[in-house]
Formats: sequence, C-alpha cells, structure tokens
Amino acid sequence: MDLLEYQGKQLFAKHGVPVPDGRPATTVPEAVEAAEELGYPVVIKAQVQIGGRGKAGGIKLAKDRHEAEEHATAILGMDIRGYTVHELYVEKASEIDEEYYAAIVFDRSAKKPMVMLSRMGGMDVEEVAETDPEAMRMLHVDPLLGLQDFHGRRLAFESGIAEDVVRPVGAMLAKLYDVFVREDATLVEVNPLLITKSREVVALDAKVTVDDNALYRHPDVAELRDLSAEDPQERMAKERGLTYVKLDGNVGILGNGAGLVMSTLDVVAQAGGEPANFLDAGGGSKAEAITSAVEVILSDDKVRAVLFNIFGGITRCDEVARGLIEAFEQIKPDVPFVVRLDGTNDKEGRALLAEAKLPNVHTEATMLGAAEKVVELAK
Amino acid sequence: MAILVDRDTRLVVSGITGREGTFHSLRNRDYGTNVVAGVTPGKGGQDVDGIPVFNTFHDAVEQTGANTAMVFVPPRFAADSILEAEDAGIPLIITITEGIPAHDELRVYNHLLRGGSRLVGPNCPGILSPGKANVGIIPAQFFKEGNVGLVSRSGTLTYQIGNELAQRGFGNSSIVGIGGDPVPGSSFIDMIELFEADAETELIVMCGEIGGSAEEEAADYIAENVSKPVLAYIAGFTAPPGKTMGHAGAIVSGSKGTAAAKAEALEAKGVRVGRNPTQVSEIAVEILGARV
Repeated sequence: MDLLEYQGKQLFAKHGVPVPDGRPATTVPEAVEAAEELGYPVVIKAQVQIGGRGKAGGIKLAKDRHEAEEHATAILGMDIRGYTVHELYVEKASEIDEEYYAAIVFDRSAKKPMVMLSRMGGMDVEEVAETDPEAMRMLHVDPLLGLQDFHGRRLAFESGIAEDVVRPVGAMLAKLYDVFVREDATLVEVNPLLITKSREVVALDAKVTVDDNALYRHPDVAELRDLSAEDPQERMAKERGLTYVKLDGNVGILGNGAGLVMSTLDVVAQAGGEPANFLDAGGGSKAEAITSAVEVILSDDKVRAVLFNIFGGITRCDEVARGLIEAFEQIKPDVPFVVRLDGTNDKEGRALLAEAKLPNVHTEATMLGAAEKVVELAK
Repeated sequence: MAILVDRDTRLVVSGITGREGTFHSLRNRDYGTNVVAGVTPGKGGQDVDGIPVFNTFHDAVEQTGANTAMVFVPPRFAADSILEAEDAGIPLIITITEGIPAHDELRVYNHLLRGGSRLVGPNCPGILSPGKANVGIIPAQFFKEGNVGLVSRSGTLTYQIGNELAQRGFGNSSIVGIGGDPVPGSSFIDMIELFEADAETELIVMCGEIGGSAEEEAADYIAENVSKPVLAYIAGFTAPPGKTMGHAGAIVSGSKGTAAAKAEALEAKGVRVGRNPTQVSEIAVEILGARV
C-alpha cells in the first residue's frame, strides 16, 4: 500500500523524524484556513501517488491568503500524469540550504534491508545513479541486528555530506529505519532530505510503502486506504475479495492462480488480443466466487469477450462451470465467453456446460486454442 | 531418485487440525507420504484420522522421528511455526501459507541462514516426487515418475506446464514450488543445484515470473555450474509496472523485474525460453526426444 506524502509524514512524526508543520485539506477553504493557521509563506502540494508533481505545477509557494486561495483552486482537481488531485497538503515553507537523498529499501536479491544516502537530492535519483553512481552510497543491514550507529556514520562520511550534519543525518537514518521496521514498510524514501539555513535536518518529502500482508498489525495505516484513487472496478473486486488488476484492452480474463492468469494474459497478447484485466479467482473457488468475478469483469464496459482459463488442481472444474451457469442466470451477459476447463473434474464441468446450452459460450480444449478463439470474438 | 521428499520422508504438519490442514494432510497420506505427526498447541494427545497430534514440534520430533515439516497455519502464526520447526532440528520445512508479512520472512530467512534447516516457500504449493511422496497441495493425479525436474514460483502454472509435458509422455523426478513471495526460503539456484546432482533428472524446467531478480541470478549460476539442459518459461510479459499481479512478489518496480529482461538474461546464457506453456513442452521434445 502506497501512502500519500502527508500520510507518510504522519508516520515519520510518530517515530521522531523531523518534518515541517503541515495540514491536509480537501477543499479550497480548508486549504486557506490551514495556511492562515501555519503562517506564510506556505507550500501547497498536490497529494497524488506519482512523482514529478513539481514539474507538473502541483507544488506552489504562497506568500499570502490571496496566493494560497489561487494555488489551492488551481491544484485541486488538476490531472497529474493520469492522477486527479483530490487532496492537498499545506505545509510551512522551509529555508533550503542543501538537499540530500535518503532511502531504505527492501532488497529482494540480498534479502536484507538496504540503506541509501546521497548528497545529490531533490532530483530524479535514477538519473543520479546513472550519471554519477559514486554519489549514491548504500549498505545492507542484517535484519536480526538492525541499523547500528556506525552504519549511519559510515554512510554519512562516505557520501561526502557537510561535516557539521554527519551526526544528525546519521540519527535521521536510524529513525527512518525505525519507521521501516516498526511500520512494516517495504520502502521509505526521503527526497529531498533537507538541510535548512539553520542547519537542521528535515524530511521535506515522504514516500512510504507499507506491506499489504502486514496491515493487520497496523489498523491505523489500513484505514488510510485512499479509495478515491483506486479504479472503480479494482475497488469492487477488492470488496469481494478477488485479486483484480485493470488493464487497457477488451478481452476479459479469469483464471485460477496468479501465474496461470499472467500466462493467460501473455498468450492472449501473443494471439493479437489486448487483455482488459487480470483476475485470479484463487485456489478452491466455489461457484459464488465465480459469479462474483464475472460481475466484476463485465462492469468494465470495454470488455467485448471473456476468456475463462482454468486448470483445476484444488479448484474443481464442475464448481467453475456451476458458477458460470449461475452468473448467466443472474447477469445475462451480452458478450461471448470462451471457456477452457482442464484438470480436476474437467469432464463433469464440460458436461454441465454442454447441458446448460448457455448462449454464446464456446468451449475449447487447449489454452492456446482458447486464446485464439477469444481474440477472434473480441474483434 | 528425486529431490527433497521421497520414501524416507517422515512428515509432521503444523496446522493439521485446521480444515485445510486436515484435508491436505490426509490427501498426502493417501498418496503414500509417511505422515507421522501433527502439531497444534493445546491439542496434544488428540489425533487426526490416526495421526498423533503434539503440542510442540519438539515433542513430535522426539516421539516420531519426523524429518520434514509442512507449515499450514494462518499468516500471523506462520513465522513462529517455521522458527519452532527449525529449533526442533527439522532439516526441511515446507511452508504453504500465503500472506506472511515480508519483514517476518526477512527475519526468518536471515535466521535460517545461520542454522541447518532448509525452507521451501512460503506461499508455495509444496513438493511432489511422483510415485514417492507428496507434501503440499499439488494435484498428484496429473503427474508420473520421470526425468524432468520442475521448479516454479507459481502453483497452477506448474500444473499447466507439468500437464503439457505429461501429454508428451514426460514424467517428473520432482516438482518443487518455491513460492510467489518476495523472500522465498529457497531460490531457483538452490533447486537447480539439487536437480543437477540428482541422477534421475535429465532436464530441468524452471518456471519464473515478473518481479525480483531470481531468474537473472539463476541464469548466471546455470552458465557456470550446470551441465544438464535447462529450459525456462517466464510469465507476465503483459504485466504493467507498479501493479502486484496476484503473488506478493510478482511486481515490476519501475523498469526492474520485467519478463522481457528475465527471458533475455536466460537466453544470453544459453537457456532456451518457451514463449508459452505449449512451446515449453515442444522444446522439451527437441531436447530429450519424442516420447509419444
């Protein structure tokens, strides 16, 4: 789960990471009131899950009430690379002396947390990594030992940051590591990590991703889920406990098991089609889950044909067939379906479908044959 | 021969008294696996269809000589169960549970590095050595004994590919699901090393997917260390960046972990990559010769 900047900063504050004072706002009057409370100058920042907000005009400095109102009006509702701005963060402006970069990432390859520090912050880090790889210093931390003072000191010295802030930056890294571990984060990124004119170390931005599997330990974070930012179909699927990802094409896809569904999307694309979604009905799906899944797929009005690709292991093909028959009774879909049932109870499943004589349902014996058929029908 | 599970396996199941745990433990036993014990704290002294249940792994090991553990408990108890099995000295721990927090997996992984136990999973379908033993939820009826070693991050995709191979007459030495999580206890490399040393295995098929760099690391390892032919499949060419595709570990981060990059890395090291499951079985025929 990706947090918005201000949500990340709330977690930072909880663990003692210094952040500028600020208030979230969802309307122009709220934003103006926040600015008045904080005192000018303030920065008005679009809260969206995408980088490049500044360049897109989503971050503006306001020196008085008039400017606060003007900027809040302009930024609310703005489209930033496909994301609509529903929320603002109004923050007391900081006096910038230097901008660094700090991050703690979950290194899947090393299977350890990796702490990163650079004296070149405030810009695209991937660009820094390419043009000046020496400017980005990193080290791994044993998760059973945790981040020690020497880790922070070593990174701070090696990265060549100003000597007077080596210790406070080291201390900042220790607090960010606390956020990473205690909040079950898989990413904590601060860009820029600010050195103010009075040589204080402050997190001016916050990018935090919290592990979905650990949300049960963090009910306060789980509650933050920003439903307005999610696609309506994805939201509907989540409410029904289905794993669904919306894509751009017109071939609706349902399968059982994440790997098989990914493979099904690939095979449909190879056959010249464009998948409309990823939908994993999971292991051992019962008929109701299938009916529910069909509803989610068909709620996307771009869908012109639907492919069911099932290899039954724990999932029984006759249950899938029953679910599909039930879905046809309830929803009466007006697009063609191609169904490939293989594995546990496949004969029974196919027999049920043949008996039900569902309109516009085609059965195919193989995954490739089914992909070709559905692409042809979606044209 | 086979790898990891066979006729010498003495299985203890944690979570055996749960609905799923009971169902799959009995299925495994029906297949011929020697299921010697179950562990459920507070239910010691009971039995599940004749399989004795113990309060701790330590009791189970002491009284039954269990040498393999299967962990089937809900995510919030799973890390603890794995650590208990390790503490009781069980050398192989197979974890089926999906949804374990990533930081728990990180701590478990780094702890097991210091001890002697091997973890397979979590979030995996288990291990099947056809004709010998089945530990986990793999539907054994589709597979027979043979010379293809199969290792995969995904369950149903493994069944799909295994079935395509079976239709061309191939059987399997062992089928290992290493799981779809970001921190798997065992990697492709660990399993490929075992298949390389296994006399029954003549072809190794690895089935990867988007996310992480385990496939790229395997490509380097294969080029340096493996004499047997290796054949690969990668799922997720059409997956958009930044979206988790079902498995917690299946995510393209920025430009990292794409299917295209993985296929390229493997092909650059001489590993052939099938573009769909059917093509994998066609390449297997080219390598091993037609069986049917």
